[in-house]
Amino acid sequence: MTFYEVTFYVLAVVALLSAILVITCRNPVHSAIFLVLTLLSVALIFLQLQAEFMAAVQIIVYIGGIMVLFLFVIMLVNLDVAVRQAPYNRQRWIAGFAALVLLAEFTLFIYQGRDWAKLPPAAAEAVQPNTELIGRALFQNYILPFEVASLLLLVAMVGAVLMAKQR
Amino acid sequence: MNQNYLSSYVPILIYFLLAMGVAGAIMLLSWLIGPRKPTPTKLSPYECGMLPTGDAREPFSVKFYLVAILFILFDVEAMFLIVWAVVLRQLGMYGFIIMSIFLFLLMVGFVYEWKKGVLDWAPRQSRRG
Amino acid sequence: MTTLLEILDQPLVLALIRVLIVFTALSLIVAYLVYAERKILAHIQVRLGPMRVGPHGLLQPIADGLKLLLKEDIIPEGADRAVFWLAPAITVLASFTAFSLIPFADNFYVTDVNVGLLFVIAISSLGVLGIILGGWASNSHYPLLGALRSTAQLVSYEVALSFALISAILLAGTLSMNGIVKAQLQQGVWFAFMQPVAFFILFVAAIAETNRNPFDLPEAESELVAGFHTEYSGFRFSLFFLAEYAAMVLVSSIAVTLFLGGWLRPFPNVEWLGFLRFAPVVVFGAAGTWCFLRFFRFPTGREWFWQRLMLFALGAGAAAAALGLLYPPVLVASQGAFWFLAKVFLFLYAFIWFRGTFPRYRFDQLMRLGWHFMIPLAIVNVIFCGVGLVLSWELGWNRSLSLLLASGATLLVAAWLARERS
Repeated sequence: MTFYEVTFYVLAVVALLSAILVITCRNPVHSAIFLVLTLLSVALIFLQLQAEFMAAVQIIVYIGGIMVLFLFVIMLVNLDVAVRQAPYNRQRWIAGFAALVLLAEFTLFIYQGRDWAKLPPAAAEAVQPNTELIGRALFQNYILPFEVASLLLLVAMVGAVLMAKQR
Repeated sequence: MNQNYLSSYVPILIYFLLAMGVAGAIMLLSWLIGPRKPTPTKLSPYECGMLPTGDAREPFSVKFYLVAILFILFDVEAMFLIVWAVVLRQLGMYGFIIMSIFLFLLMVGFVYEWKKGVLDWAPRQSRRG
Repeated sequence: MTTLLEILDQPLVLALIRVLIVFTALSLIVAYLVYAERKILAHIQVRLGPMRVGPHGLLQPIADGLKLLLKEDIIPEGADRAVFWLAPAITVLASFTAFSLIPFADNFYVTDVNVGLLFVIAISSLGVLGIILGGWASNSHYPLLGALRSTAQLVSYEVALSFALISAILLAGTLSMNGIVKAQLQQGVWFAFMQPVAFFILFVAAIAETNRNPFDLPEAESELVAGFHTEYSGFRFSLFFLAEYAAMVLVSSIAVTLFLGGWLRPFPNVEWLGFLRFAPVVVFGAAGTWCFLRFFRFPTGREWFWQRLMLFALGAGAAAAALGLLYPPVLVASQGAFWFLAKVFLFLYAFIWFRGTFPRYRFDQLMRLGWHFMIPLAIVNVIFCGVGLVLSWELGWNRSLSLLLASGATLLVAAWLARERS
């Protein structure tokens, strides 16, 4: 096994295991910690795929920003009630069934598409700095989505204010 | 995968593992050699010598929550700006105009928050002093 | 595809050596920063500070470390034990690991990657998790309040910090840390002179990010006992403490790399200032001379023997270093690290000096300064910096002049903001 494959499998296993722990932990703060671990291993998988910029942004925005918000929200709600409630309730059987269907679908599709998934051999050198590629794609080919993103951020800002003012 | 790319990140991993090992070893060492004589008073949460009052994990002001949301929004904005800053030289005036529209929309939101008083943490009269 | 063996080849060994050097040096700097702070604060307050352990208390950090190691390990009742252990580790790892991307000299850094600056921000932004988790895990009022305040403060000023960094990226056009330093060499000017407002914002935000005076609200003794680490004791407390000091060194290093030319000597392109390369010799020579002078003026009794011996050893060491630096290859090799560390120490001195002189902000004042002054100013500064650069590229204006005009415009906005604020 190559170094690349070893790191990939380690990261994938860590990501999956901690994702399972996120939903099985009783204590929401523990769940949040495992979510951090999941996000971190996904970021490292990005890094491994030469998406340096995405990896860094994943850590900065998701772990440094969104997880802080999650922890705040967890502290904002009454923890005692949350801990006493069972993590799964009546949807257990429906969820299990849906997951099985999804698994079957994915297996089928991956089996059907096994030939497409073969990637061309990687270039000997990194093609170009990742950030510049993203920058040029974003500001030349995808201007409209970019400007719409700012609209989205604006809506989020106004929404946050309205939600907070209602209390 | 090419070697140059991954091997430039491996030293960070080494550094991280070293730091983790040292921190873990020191914590373990202090746990091993430190004395342990717990008494109920020693273990009770510190509250200036008073008896602890209620559970500490209580709800708090919604302001903190708002600050966290605003932080995420500005953080995302900053990430866009960083990409822009790297390629501005290639984009020139065009890139500047695009970013001006983006920033203008966000400044509208910021001014709205400001005028709504979301960013104020104290009543207006108590600001000075 | 490379095999494990190939990666384990030469470069890895080299990387390991560099990691060890950087880690050891950083630990020493952090330990002695605590000592320097106590000493400088003492002198500001006309006291002596630590004097007992070694000459002028020079062995104090070692004594403190041993003492903290032997302290009782207390986990308060009702605390979440696992998280209580984890939190200081996260904080200390975040502030130490980020150093693997800082260039200390032209050819001495643990690693240099394309998105280096982003990774420094990313890794150091993980530290806030340790603070919030530590405050929560303690199950006590003061730590929780301290953690909330601390987090609100950190995230608010992180916005201003990121926007200040963007101006430097605009000027350099790269995210690689060493690339930014080289851009300053190539353009022949430190970015602090091109973007003084951004440098100012970065400096203030850096103080707030490290919870230092006048923004040390999270550990405001008179209100919150010790903030988020009130319940921490023994070595776990000291991990939080070390993380704070490492974060000070880290933000100083970022500021130096981005705005003060990193490992470049002052005026790197001016030929006749070449004699500045002898500065390391002068510094070590002066330190050695001082130690010897003290040695001869010291009382000679038996009880002073060890103190005198250490002083002599220090003087001899400094003198040997000065002589060694006279050897040209050593002098050339030491340049980068010397100037980098000299600038970082200047920053650290300012941090300590501020602690000795400024009163503390109130929390609402702190948040108002952040959201109503620093952040709008930082955004405006980015816009004007962009205007200046675009003018110089598209219309062929003089680059320095247009950036200077941009800074002037930003200062006008700053004045307006300051009037609005009060």
